[in-house]
Amino acid sequence: MHHHHLILRVVTKLLAGTIILYALYVQFHGDFSPGGGFQAGVIMAVAFILYGIVFGLVAVQQVFPPWLVHKLVALGVLIYAGTGVYAMMLGYEFLDYGAFDPGHPSHGQHNGILAVELGVGVTVTGVMIAIYYAFAGRAPRISDEDW
Amino acid sequence: MTETIINFILFAMLISTAFAIVRMTSLFAVIMLASVFSLLTALLFVTLDAVDVAFTEAAVGAGISTVLMLGTMALTARHAKPQTQSNAIPFLVVCVTGAALIYGTMDMPNFGDPNAPAQVHVAPEYLERSIEEIDVPNVVTAILASYRGYDTLGETAVVFAAGIGVLLLLSGLARRRKEDEEEGDI
Repeated sequence: MHHHHLILRVVTKLLAGTIILYALYVQFHGDFSPGGGFQAGVIMAVAFILYGIVFGLVAVQQVFPPWLVHKLVALGVLIYAGTGVYAMMLGYEFLDYGAFDPGHPSHGQHNGILAVELGVGVTVTGVMIAIYYAFAGRAPRISDEDW
Repeated sequence: MTETIINFILFAMLISTAFAIVRMTSLFAVIMLASVFSLLTALLFVTLDAVDVAFTEAAVGAGISTVLMLGTMALTARHAKPQTQSNAIPFLVVCVTGAALIYGTMDMPNFGDPNAPAQVHVAPEYLERSIEEIDVPNVVTAILASYRGYDTLGETAVVFAAGIGVLLLLSGLARRRKEDEEEGDI
């Protein structure tokens, strides 16, 4: 099996890293250009899904184990809500990013937006990869321990 | 004028893709055409200058959905079952729904109307204040993450809940099937 699809395997290896880099660009450049956490999360997940399709589920799960993916699903929501709670602890309203730089509110807004977009991106990446694992894992069954 | 022509061409392609999807029985071709449908929709969003929405449509609709549908197809059948019942009732339902939708658009403001409710309510305020208050060049991001931060938190929670739901459903089934097989072995 490993001797088939030579072109696909070479192109995938070249593309996977580029796709991840592009996802990071969309993630952290969302303030200035189209895109943000939702799109970046999907693009990030696509890199791993492409790898999984070409090299098989076992290979991609060695790179990105299911337990880590499942943690990411919850971690993103925690980052988002945590940003809001942190603003509350600083004496501001929930999700009022002005709290992060009282002397210069628009700087605080920048930091807050980066933080919540990161949360969105992490959750979307996790959910997309988790759903792909769940579907791809059904055909040749994976062991229950992986869950 | 050019934009109108582009819109007409895109809508014509959209409609012909939809007809092709309805007529085909090969599920692989249907999934690929659904992906094409999403890409055409993304192009329509681009002509409306809604690049963020177009980006999402291209990534989610044309990208991830296609992969997930292919994954589902791999678990089920490759071809649609031949139709046994008559088309009359579904066709009637579609016609009535379509007529109701078209009737609903009568009350909507004209395309690009500057006095449409969506343009005069909070949008001008956001556009005016965002550079001063948030200082982010992409207004969409400013609205999405800051002015509408609560909504986006809700959206993230929805994505989270959807992911957990799919995981629970699929992993539960896998376990049950395994138990059944073990019983069968004995």
